[in-house]
Amino acid sequence: MAINWFKYAAPTTFYGLAGKLIPWFAVPAVILFATGLYIGFFVAPTDAQQGEFYRIMFIHVPASILSMFLYLVMAGYAALGLVFNTRLSAMMATAVAPTGALFAFISLWTGALWGKPMWGAWWLWDARLTSELILLFLYLGFIALHASIDDPRRADRAAALLAIVGSVNVPIIYFSVKWWNTLHQGSTIKFSGTTMHVAMQQALFTMLAACWLYAIAVVLARVRSIILERERNTAWIAELAEVKQ
Amino acid sequence: MTGLDVWMRENPLVYIWLGSYAVALLIFAVEIAMVKHKRKITLQQVRLMRNAGDEE
Repeated sequence: MAINWFKYAAPTTFYGLAGKLIPWFAVPAVILFATGLYIGFFVAPTDAQQGEFYRIMFIHVPASILSMFLYLVMAGYAALGLVFNTRLSAMMATAVAPTGALFAFISLWTGALWGKPMWGAWWLWDARLTSELILLFLYLGFIALHASIDDPRRADRAAALLAIVGSVNVPIIYFSVKWWNTLHQGSTIKFSGTTMHVAMQQALFTMLAACWLYAIAVVLARVRSIILERERNTAWIAELAEVKQ
Repeated sequence: MTGLDVWMRENPLVYIWLGSYAVALLIFAVEIAMVKHKRKITLQQVRLMRNAGDEE
């Protein structure tokens, strides 16, 4: 059976689909969070060098990955909206930004908490840390710029340009540990393999999946409000069951 | 070493839980509450507009 994907590129059809999809992402996210935390704290062994402090990575690493990947998703949607003038793409970019910003904040916050016992400092102007901080500012800039322009379509275009230009920062964050001499450690998990204990890997990947599912669920919930707000003058919104109540 | 340094080394799991995981879960809870609040407010506005349109 062929699925017409373009059908769901319209806010009219995507609104209902998003509503149906939210529980399918939210419920597994809660289960995976609980499982990941259990493995991370009760199954994974204590690290030989870092002691218990390494357990921060089970939230720090997924938050960092999500902060970078969500930025690319946001910039991708923004570019689609700019090039093809599709309404839903711009709405999706707007919906992704706050979640991406929160993951960037969690990444910086948990990194500081790990840095204090390991490096002896909450913060260093290290390449990885500084570029991640710039990522947070780019998210905040996107949100602020979008909010500062009254006309939503003009706001979409202006914010899209910022998102696209800012995406150059993502590879800088990723490769910063290779390009510069930094205190931040490089990737422990590589395509060639890893020396990490299997329970640590299980906890890390479970938490990563949980963060992904959470991000998708919350973005879908947010985009439904954005669709409602932007399409409020249309007939299909007036006919919705939740509006008629 | 400050008092905080000594405390975090003596209670690493409490430090990790309260500092990282409790904060992250609190942030998620606040985000979910904000998304729900936004939906509630937006629905109210849309209903008001619809009712105002019906009265005209």
